[in-house]
Amino acid sequence: MANLELRNLNKTYSSKVVPVKDISLKVDEGEFLTLLGPSGCGKSTTLRLIAGLEQPTRGQIWIGERNVTDLRSGDRNIAMVFQSYALYPHMTVAENIASSLKLRHLSKLEIRQRVTDVATKLGLEELTQRKPSQLSGGQRQRVALARALVRQPDVFLLDEPLSNLDALLRERVRAELKQLFKAQNTPVVYVTHDQTEAMTLSSKVAVLYNGNLQQLDPPQRIYTHPANRFVASFVGSPQMNLFVLSCRDNAAWLGNFPIPVPLPTVPPQIVLGIRPENVCLARAEDTHTIQGQIYLVESLGMQNLLSVRVQGAPELTIRALLPAAWQWSDDIVKLTLSPQSLHWFDAATGDRLF
Amino acid sequence: MSLIQNLKLVHLPKSKTSNYSHLLLSVFVLLVAIFCLAPVLWQLLTSLKVNADISAVPNVYIPKRYTLAHYTELFTRRPFLNYIFNSALVSITSTVLCLALGAPAAYALARLRIWGEQVILAGVLIVTLFPYILLFLGLLQVVQALHLGNNYLALIIPYTAINLPLTILVMRSFFQQLPRDLEDAAKVDGYNIQQILLQIVLPMTVPALVTTGILAFIFAWNEFIFALTFITRESLKTIPVATAQLGSSSVFEIPYGAIAAATVLGTSPLVLLVLLFQRRIVQGLTAGAVKG
Repeated sequence: MANLELRNLNKTYSSKVVPVKDISLKVDEGEFLTLLGPSGCGKSTTLRLIAGLEQPTRGQIWIGERNVTDLRSGDRNIAMVFQSYALYPHMTVAENIASSLKLRHLSKLEIRQRVTDVATKLGLEELTQRKPSQLSGGQRQRVALARALVRQPDVFLLDEPLSNLDALLRERVRAELKQLFKAQNTPVVYVTHDQTEAMTLSSKVAVLYNGNLQQLDPPQRIYTHPANRFVASFVGSPQMNLFVLSCRDNAAWLGNFPIPVPLPTVPPQIVLGIRPENVCLARAEDTHTIQGQIYLVESLGMQNLLSVRVQGAPELTIRALLPAAWQWSDDIVKLTLSPQSLHWFDAATGDRLF
Repeated sequence: MSLIQNLKLVHLPKSKTSNYSHLLLSVFVLLVAIFCLAPVLWQLLTSLKVNADISAVPNVYIPKRYTLAHYTELFTRRPFLNYIFNSALVSITSTVLCLALGAPAAYALARLRIWGEQVILAGVLIVTLFPYILLFLGLLQVVQALHLGNNYLALIIPYTAINLPLTILVMRSFFQQLPRDLEDAAKVDGYNIQQILLQIVLPMTVPALVTTGILAFIFAWNEFIFALTFITRESLKTIPVATAQLGSSSVFEIPYGAIAAATVLGTSPLVLLVLLFQRRIVQGLTAGAVKG
């Protein structure tokens, strides 16, 4: 068992193409780290750097006490599950699972023992003699997992392993994955652009954007305390409301409505963020209230998503999640922004202020 | 009720037209097949006719008497077995060489970021544009300078060279559509480059290898000009040259039957080869066209 550490990792293809700029992070034993970000943010490249499929331009990769930066990927003792599963089409399931063990010259007996163990664990006993082309998507995915598990590696790397499954199966496999890797006590690095997967599976989430680490925190904290404007807008669905507002008299003005800024010195401009689920119907005693005109209602089943034009600033649209039972008679609605759920960001740098 | 009538009205003429087009299609397929295969059939029939029927006026299209004499003559009066051996040796060697040299080159072009890749590819393509009839005089001088005349190498080397561009281009497009993840997975598993190529990539490449291999083999087997110019010794001649020279052995006789028999014998290995690997060839030719 060992931990994984990235130190100032950089990958530069050319002066314009720098998929990974400077990433340092640490994954401990039993930790499940998710690299989350939009496509092109450098998350897959980071994973490939850890796997040794690409060589970093600068920086180091440590697994436990070993500096593996210059080792071939086969010598790093890592296991990787690919998005396409990458099963060898000309080998049976058993041969696929056993291939890495055979290369390490384990005894036939031990190989058979370990393959059987893993196959039983993942419910593949019946399929060991089949070829990958005779398997369904979910089965292939499990074979790919088995191939990774059987190695008992120092680090698991998973590259969007669920994205080729249909929605229902994905939810089930997600739960299985969580249980499976909880029992492993090995660092896991998981790449995804799906925030639900990131939230549900991981013990830590690293949000990447433009080749830089934006925030490294447990999923709950990423949600409640986004470190900057990008993380705030990327995590959470429906997306957080973000407004660039000008400030006057210690308050940011959302249309005609002042929202007090809880900062000692108030900058001339500020970014206000609030999640749609924190925007509620105003009651008489509420502060932080605004008024606006409803122009769109989208039903999400459990809730309705309202789009409201703020009075005094028709170009600003605030979206609110309200219970589906709520009936409205008027186009004008009074809403309250719950004060403890307000996020304040610097207008220029995008960093979190409060 | 009216709905059912409507359905019938729509249905009836439709089935009639589809019947028509079906018939028309079959007729056209038949015509095309006859158009393509008639010369072959004519050769086959000629090789089986007796000499009297071959030269008969008016033409005997469907002979009543059949003979294998033309075939046996080929082997008794001429060293035809020797020619077959020569052709096979030259073709097989150049095909194997072609694949052994071309496939790794194609793999490198498909997978590595090589500086000037486009230039290399353009170069490969330009080589195929030369009509090789123009090349053979120059090549003859090369052959003389290297003292390769009347040597199998004089054929094997140019055949390999001429087939290499095709091999490289076809194999490259095939390698490009092989998922890269597989090779990455193999690297993570601990395979080294040679093992990846031999144990992972090669088994998946068989259809493309068979296709390009057969194309290269057909070219080498049928090639005439080089074989005629670079080889003069009787014991080294290949089938096309030997067949052509059957007719020029005497001015008084054109041995149509023997030529036809030699043609049939020379073609049959190719026909067998193509039939044997038919499915693989189609797989290889459509490689990359459809997502598999």
